Amino acid sequence: MMRWRYLKQSAFFALVRASALIITLTLGGIILYILMHGYSVISWEFITKPPTDSMTQGGIMPAILGTIYLTLGAIAIGLPLGVASAIYLTEYAIQGRMIRLIRVGINCLAGVPSVVFGLFGLAFFVIIFKFGSSILAGSLTLGFLILPTIIGASEEALKSVPQTFREASLALGVSKWQTTYRIVLPNALPGILTGSILGIGRAAGETAPIMFTAAAFFTSKLPSSIFDEVMALPYHIYVLATAGTNIEATRPIQYGTVLVLVAVVLGINLVAILIRGYMRRNKRW
Amino acid sequence: MTRHIKEIIIKYVFFSFALVSIVVLGMIVFSLFREGVPIFKVVSLKDFLFGTEWYPTFDPPLFGIFTLIVGSLIVTIFATLLAVPLGVMTAIYISEIAPRAIKEILKSIIEMLAGLPSVVLGFFGMVVVAPWLQNTFDLPTGLNIVNASMILALMAVPTISSISEDALYAVPHEFKEASYALGATRFETIAKVIVPAALSGITTAVMLGMARAIGETMVVLMVAGGAAAIPESIFDSVRPMPASIAAEMGETPYRSAHYHALFATGMVLFFLTLAFNLIADYVSHKFKQTGSATP
Repeated sequence: MMRWRYLKQSAFFALVRASALIITLTLGGIILYILMHGYSVISWEFITKPPTDSMTQGGIMPAILGTIYLTLGAIAIGLPLGVASAIYLTEYAIQGRMIRLIRVGINCLAGVPSVVFGLFGLAFFVIIFKFGSSILAGSLTLGFLILPTIIGASEEALKSVPQTFREASLALGVSKWQTTYRIVLPNALPGILTGSILGIGRAAGETAPIMFTAAAFFTSKLPSSIFDEVMALPYHIYVLATAGTNIEATRPIQYGTVLVLVAVVLGINLVAILIRGYMRRNKRW
Repeated sequence: MTRHIKEIIIKYVFFSFALVSIVVLGMIVFSLFREGVPIFKVVSLKDFLFGTEWYPTFDPPLFGIFTLIVGSLIVTIFATLLAVPLGVMTAIYISEIAPRAIKEILKSIIEMLAGLPSVVLGFFGMVVVAPWLQNTFDLPTGLNIVNASMILALMAVPTISSISEDALYAVPHEFKEASYALGATRFETIAKVIVPAALSGITTAVMLGMARAIGETMVVLMVAGGAAAIPESIFDSVRPMPASIAAEMGETPYRSAHYHALFATGMVLFFLTLAFNLIADYVSHKFKQTGSATP
């Protein structure tokens, strides 16, 4: 009887370990595959030259630049809004129906499919606001897409600041706002930044929201204002892999672009993970 | 007194920022309705939802999205069937069994998997999984339900696993200790005490994972095959709703019937995911495990 019980336990543990192993091996396999196929394509020219010969030769510089512009734009919109929302929710809000409603709203926004964000960006920013397909319209769309991520991370960071810090400050006669601005915010800043970095990774990798709002199939010149269309890494991969003039011939470029995108996004994620680990080890309170 | 007024003003400024999320949600609903509702002048709501012929460029065009809805549901269901065991088991491993060092590494791995852009996973499905399926099962195409479900499962696993893990972690220690004190093995404790106590959190995790899978665009656009027909086998191609929207919006004239039909499809997709999210929210609040017997 006893042996049977432990046999069951061993079988279960093996199964559970196998699940973790499957996930690890799958991620490892995907990354290794991309590295092996993309590595030989990456060169200084590939990163710094625009595509040539109807995108069958040359590099991907405009797409890299476009992704940087869109991501910076998304952060410029998402970060202030997200941090301000989080400050209200953690520092000012009194629990009640209104707060519950705001939280449900944030959760629902987090669940909106990326293609629906694309439709929203198209209807609102491209058409109603007449921005056209542009860096501005794409950045706004991505900025609202990453808003829930940034709110969540900022709230967690603000909550982790000990209540005694606030009380000490308030006891000295400092106003609520000054306490928040001078005491709470600086202490929460590393956590807020880590969360925002994850938001950056998300914005850089999204395709569907920029398909109708910002991304160009091909542009011969670099953008000169925020009202210009741009190429972007994720969309470039999609275009080359599905709609290019010669899908097989451009395979190496596709692998190279995928590698660059994965390196950028996972690099960003890794930085966030490392910063967070460092912060946890060196916590002052 | 001015300081007091200033404080109140600051409070309301932050309040208005906190409302932005709700305002954006409202703007999304508004834009979907504004651009989507006009299609119902061309086709009735019933024919739109249950019509099985999606020929938006024919003359006269046919706008029935039933095959698209079926496509979305099928890949989501298969993806869930794959992702739930994988995700929940991994969560159990991380939260209850793994040694500390492995725990941290696995959490990072799951975060990295969540961070992989969907277009990259779609690309992987196209160039690796599709040829493999095609050769192994001798199929006309490897871009089908099986392929899409596998890749979608991979995208749902991080959501399911990380939220389940939080739920398992939140189960009070006393539950575990009481179970051990009664002579239960670790497996019995996990299966009969910890998992049942975390069930509402795990349910939330599954609902959110499904919402993620049903709304995912690039993967189904690249690997589901794109056939707008009711599938007869798991190796048939389908055209889930997000794929249809993403593929067709680019070549649709502004404010044409087809354009409105795609927005209306977006509406259906939006409300479907909204339902999943609201159920998840309801479950997580209604059946929340609150506290333990000892303070």
